Order: sequence, then C-alpha cells, then structure tokens
Amino acid sequence: MGLGWSFAALLPLGFLGVFFAWPVVAIVGLGLGEGGVLPVLGAPETWELVGFTLGQALGATVLALVTGLPVAFLLARCRVWGTGVVRAAVMVPFVLPTVVVGLAFRALWPDGGVLPIVLANAFFNVAVVARTVGGVWASLDRRAEDAARSLGASRLRAFTSVVLPALAPALGSAASVVFLFCATSFGVVLVLGGARYRTVETEIYLRTVELFDLSGAAALSLVQFVAVVAVLVVGGVLRRRRERALSLRVEAVRRPVGGEWGVVVAAWLVVGLLLTPVVGLVVRSLSTSDGWSLAGYRALAGTGDRGTLAVTGVDAALNSVRVAVDATLVALVVGVVSAVVLVGLRRHGAWLAETLDTALMLPLGVSAVTVGFGYLVTMDALPGDFRTSPLLVPLAQALVVTPLIVRIVLPVLRAVDERLRQAAATLGASPWRVWREVDLPLASRSLVAAAGFGFVVALGEFGATSFLARPDAPTLPVVIARLMARPGELNSQMAYAACALLMVVTAAAVLLIERLRVPGGDARVPGGTERLRVPGGEF
Amino acid sequence: MLGLRGVTVSYGSLVAVSDVDLAVGDGEVVALLGPSGCGKSTLLRAVAGLVPASGSVTWDGSDLAGVPVHRRGFGLVFQDGQLFPHRDVAGNVAFGLRMHGVDREARRKRVDELLELVGLAGYQRRRVTELSGGEQQRVALARALAPRPRLVLLDEPLSALDRALREQLAVDLARLLREAGATALVVTHDHDEAFTLADRVAVMRAGRIVQVGPPGEVWRSPVDVETARFLGCGKVLGAERALSVFRGSSVFGVGARVGLRASALRVDPGGAVVAEVLERVHRRDHVRLLVVVEGDEFEAVAPVASAPEVGDRVRLAVDPDGVAVIG
Repeated sequence: MGLGWSFAALLPLGFLGVFFAWPVVAIVGLGLGEGGVLPVLGAPETWELVGFTLGQALGATVLALVTGLPVAFLLARCRVWGTGVVRAAVMVPFVLPTVVVGLAFRALWPDGGVLPIVLANAFFNVAVVARTVGGVWASLDRRAEDAARSLGASRLRAFTSVVLPALAPALGSAASVVFLFCATSFGVVLVLGGARYRTVETEIYLRTVELFDLSGAAALSLVQFVAVVAVLVVGGVLRRRRERALSLRVEAVRRPVGGEWGVVVAAWLVVGLLLTPVVGLVVRSLSTSDGWSLAGYRALAGTGDRGTLAVTGVDAALNSVRVAVDATLVALVVGVVSAVVLVGLRRHGAWLAETLDTALMLPLGVSAVTVGFGYLVTMDALPGDFRTSPLLVPLAQALVVTPLIVRIVLPVLRAVDERLRQAAATLGASPWRVWREVDLPLASRSLVAAAGFGFVVALGEFGATSFLARPDAPTLPVVIARLMARPGELNSQMAYAACALLMVVTAAAVLLIERLRVPGGDARVPGGTERLRVPGGEF
Repeated sequence: MLGLRGVTVSYGSLVAVSDVDLAVGDGEVVALLGPSGCGKSTLLRAVAGLVPASGSVTWDGSDLAGVPVHRRGFGLVFQDGQLFPHRDVAGNVAFGLRMHGVDREARRKRVDELLELVGLAGYQRRRVTELSGGEQQRVALARALAPRPRLVLLDEPLSALDRALREQLAVDLARLLREAGATALVVTHDHDEAFTLADRVAVMRAGRIVQVGPPGEVWRSPVDVETARFLGCGKVLGAERALSVFRGSSVFGVGARVGLRASALRVDPGGAVVAEVLERVHRRDHVRLLVVVEGDEFEAVAPVASAPEVGDRVRLAVDPDGVAVIG
C-alpha cells in the first residue's frame, strides 16, 4: 500500500522537479559557475539587504496579524448582517495584482518609503490571517469558552486562556505564510521602494535584469532559499499541530454581545481601510482631467495611446481568462493528487509526506524572477522548444496556485474520519470507490472553492507572468504594468480601468465561491437548522 | 465459518494481539470480552483486514491473507456509527448494495426491509445528523446488514449510548442478529452485553484469549482469578477458608479458589452465616451491604424493603448463582 502511495507521489514531485527545481537549479548553477558568490555573501551590504527584507516582513506580518484577528472573529463567530460581503471583501486585496497595489499606495505616498511598503504588504495578507485563523476559530468548540466563563473567567480572560492557545498553531501557521509572502514580495517593493529601499527579491531582479550580475543574483537566491526553507519548516510544524485538531463540527455562530461589538466594529474598520485603495482605484478609473468619464473603459477595446500595446485590452483580458483557466486545471490536478497522496502517506507515517508537503510550498517562497529566468534557460530543452509554448505561462502560474490548493483541500481531507473510509471499504467499496464516495463528496465544496480561488490568484499573478508572457499574448496585469510605465493620460486611464475590471472579476469569483461554500449540507439533504460544517480550509 | 489461527498483531515492539486461535461457526454470535486496551478491537480490525496481522484468518477454510477489506464481505459496525454525513438514512443503508451493483428497485426493497427490522420504518429520507445516538446505531447496523455480509463485526456497538438505551438495545440487537441469522463477532468490555448477545464468549486479556465458552460456563467458572475479578467477583477466597467461613453451605466444590459476587451473600433470617453490617448503599433494585464475617469483609445484598441498618447483626444465606468456581 505504501508503495502505491509513493508511486502516486511521483506526479506532483515530477511536476515540481521539471517546472520548478530544474529551472531554479539551472539559473542558480549558472550564477555559481561564474564564481564571485563568496564576496557577495561576505559583503556587509548583502546583510543590510537581508536585514531590511526580514525587518519589513516582520513589521507587515505583525500588522497583518493584529488587523486580521478581529476580522477572523467576525467571520468565525458572529451572525451579523453583511458578513458574507466582508468575507469576499477581505479576499479582494489578496488577489489584486501587486503592481496595482503598489500604484494605489504610491498615490498616497508619492515618495514611497518604508511605511507604505509595510502597509501594502500587510494589506495583501490580512486575508490570509482572517481566513486561516477564522477557519480554525469556527471549528473550535464554543463550550470550552463557556466552561471557562462558568469558572469565573471574564470574556477577555476566557479568550486569552482558552481561545488564544487553541488558535496559536493557526496563528503561527498564518504568520509563517504571511512572513513568506512579505519577505518575497516583489511588485510593491519595486514600485514603492525605488532604488532606496531594496529587498533580496528586488535586488535579485535588479542584478539579473539591469546589471546582468548572475553570480550576485545566484548568491542572493541561495540566501533566500535557505531562509524560505527555514520558515516553511517552522510553519509546517505548526500546521501539523493544528490540522490534527480539525474536526467536522456543527457551526457556532451567534449574534455578538456586549464588548464583542467592539471587536466587530474594529473588523469593519479594517475592512473599510482595506477597501480604501480599492475604491480609490475605481474612482481614479472614472475620473479624468475633464471630470467623470468612461474613456478608460472604452479604451480597453483599443491598444492604448499611440499603440502602446500589441493587442487590445479586451484581447488581453480574454487571454488572461484562458491562461488562468489552464493554470487552474493544472494546479487542481497536481494539488488534489498531492493532497490525496499526503493524506494516504500520513497514514503510513512516511517521511515522504513531510518532504512532499514542504516541497509543495517552496514555489511560494522562491523568487518569481529566478523561476522566470530559469524557464528561459531550461525550457528549450523540452520537446518542441517549450519557451514558445502557450502552456508556459499557465505552468508557471500553476506553480504558485498549487500550494494554495493543497492548503485548502488537505485540511478537509484530513478531517475526514478514517473510520468513515473503513466503513465504506467493509461495505464493498474499492480504494478508488472509497475516494469517490466518501472523500470527494465531503471535500467537494472545498474543491470548488480551491478552484475558484486558484483561478483568481492565477488571474492576478504578475511576477513570473511578466517574464514569460509573449508580447503578442499578455495578461491583464502585464498590460496594466506596461500602460503605467508609458506616458499619456489615456494609458493610465486605461490601466486603472483594467485594474477595476480585474477587481470586479475577482470580487465576483470570491462571492460565487462563498455562495457555494456557506450553505450547509449536500444537495441531496433537505435544509435544516443543524448542519454539519466542513471547514473550508486555510483560506 | 471464520477461523483464526495464531493471529498476532504488533505495532513495532508492542504486541497488541498475541497468538489468538478462535473459530466462529455459521449463524453463531461470539463476543470478544475484555477490559479496554486488551487488544480485542485490534483483533476485530485484523479480521476485517484493516490492520495487517500474522497468522491465518480463514473463511470456510480458505485463507484471507491476500483478500482486501472490500472483498471480504465482512460488515463492520463502529462504536459511534460513522454514518456518511452527506447521505440520508436510505443512502447510508443502500451504500453496500450499490457497491455490489444491486439495482435500484431491489435496493429500495432491501432498505425498507432493513429499516423495518431495526425499527426505523419511514426514516428513509431523514438526515443522519438529525438522528439520536440510538437511531444512528440502528442505521449503522442496518447499513452493515444490508449487503448480507457473511460475517458481521461489531466494535463496542452500544458503548456510546446511555445506560437505559444500552440495555434496551442490547436485547434488540440480540434478537436482530438471531432474526437475520447473522454470523457475528462482537467486541465489548461489558459482560452484561456480552452475555446478552453471544452464544459463546471469548475472554481476552493482554492480547491473548484466556477463556472461551458459553456465557453460563464462563460466568460460573472463570479460568483464573483475574478473569473472576473482571466478571464481578469482588472477593476471592481459597476453598478451605470459604468452607470454614460459610460452614454448613455445600455449594463449594473441590476447586482451589472461589470468587464471590455481591449477590453470593443474601440477607436471610434462616441463613447459616452471621455477619455485622458496616455500610449500606441503595442500588437500583436492592441494597448493597458491606459486612464482616469472622473478621473478613464481604459484600452482600438485601431486599430494599427490609434492608438492615449499619451496625445491625444479620444472618446471610449463600446463593450459588453469585459464586464462581475458579479454574
């Protein structure tokens, strides 16, 4: 049995090997081959760079945790009007293209700086905290708090002594993921930091693209890789602790009372702040020097001011959708197989499960620049020169989306009681049939959610796509960056309109996912007041 | 019929089940009885094919070693039902029938039949999450019986229920298994349950089967002191001491030791044994006493209506049903 699972693990490992490890190793190897890695590692400015990278990531992580907690509480525990809207709204920043967010914050801080960098990174990741922690919070048995209250604990004391320890693994897991995102954030730092504030990620980009200093970039990539693995290992330990605690439980939402309203108001405030740059962008897309206008939206049918683009905005949007669909399909196959394999291997307690789990998260933390360049130097070796294949961009995006899908589906599959599968087996269901009759129906909601979520993330992916998309087939975020970089009011108008379009699609997708996820029970089962709630996963 | 020969299950260095031999005849119900942690559930899972075991598990003489769980045709009922939450009652009961390719009409008939049998007629479209614990266990039993398994494995089927329901359902379950003509292996830590359900009882301790026999035999003559204590004998005496304390009573044979349950000594004005009452506790249908006889403490029972007070001197008669001869 163990052998079968190990064999199944070959698909995700093969995918990672060919489309992640090989390009990354190739580009790092290229840099190492040139020598000069040690001087870079010895230079004080390298460590200043590392210090700034970690410092800003730490600041943004703390900020995201502090602002994400009230939102998590609102989503997990409160029956208040508009919570569905909050759930969707909080997700919008996470899937916005980074360049767009960079520009939105530069509108407020024209000179850039450390503060806007930290704020922008936190802005992206409030959703991660709210969803990760909220998911666990919703599955916590409320009776433990009630017991603490009955023993004389105040509401605050019950929270700090009962709820917080139970949430600690989820908080740790969220913090490690957020820290990873912030430490490797590219678009916002590039836009807001300029030449003054550089992180390891933007430095790799600058050295590779502008200075052609491959050995320096390789040295920095190695530093980044080591840091990322360290964070992942810590996060993995915390994650295991909390996934064990997950179970299928009846929902525990109710109307807030007393001081809880304060937390709810704080959550609304956070959501309001999150939506400010979003609303700002929409307003900006509608206002021109001559007052309100739809000129930017009309311009999407064309190629921009004096043909800035090779294709029309509409074509780019359609291409975006096509690429994101392909990326989602690839990521779903790899991600679901990985999740199933991880659950299966875990039953045999194999070390392979741990390795695969960590390996699957690596693409989140390795510079998109490194991966993108790696593709350019390796993919020609694949049959039919893969560099020109229309699958190149979807595959690169799938690399980013797969870990998210695994993190959504895996906790749900792990929460399925093993004895439920055994019951099905004793009734005559083969292993494949058990998966189809038990795992699939119980995980179906999270699968749909994962697909929708993956699609939205692929839609907004900028780092790797900007390197790999051919000029005649750009995606919307690539088009936005290009329009922004060129002069002309029509261009920036069109860019803002494209941003607004992207946000509308994102918000619609997220709302749709919520609609699918929130109603309880199966279609076969008529509605009732009490329902079994399958936790929707981390995000 | 099921045959176990030298079945051993180990987890690393821990041996959970050790060299078990057991046979379950067609239509027979055998209970695996033992304290928690004795390996009885593990043995059950080994029979189901859910944990790998050494030794041989056979059905009608053919070895099941290479037969995976889903081809063994053994039904399994868990302590807490483990009903499929995404299917209604009928969907759960029909599951095994679907796996065996039974057509829709035949499925419906069989589901109706089984729900009738377990006393849940009309529950077909109910959600399993809305059922009470007892109802869930009945559905779980119906689900396991539906595909007409050659053997039904029940893992503490009643332990998750409250006492009144457990006693009622134990009687129902015994009737159901007889009516269905099922061959069954029941795991339980409760001897009442084992004796209610089973034709034969296999007592397990520390991974081994220490005694197998009909309920009456196991009840009256446990194989050793530990088994006697597990079966409710609070007091174990050497036969000679017993004869001297209960002089005039002729119930003790030549066994080396005897075990006494509380019911072995009964307050009776015509009894031969004189005792002093130290404590009294009201139980359901009797009063439980702690008495001293010749400087030794014993448990005894008295009718609720005429129970003596603490400090009273009473006469006790020996009831053979409360006495177990060990060995």
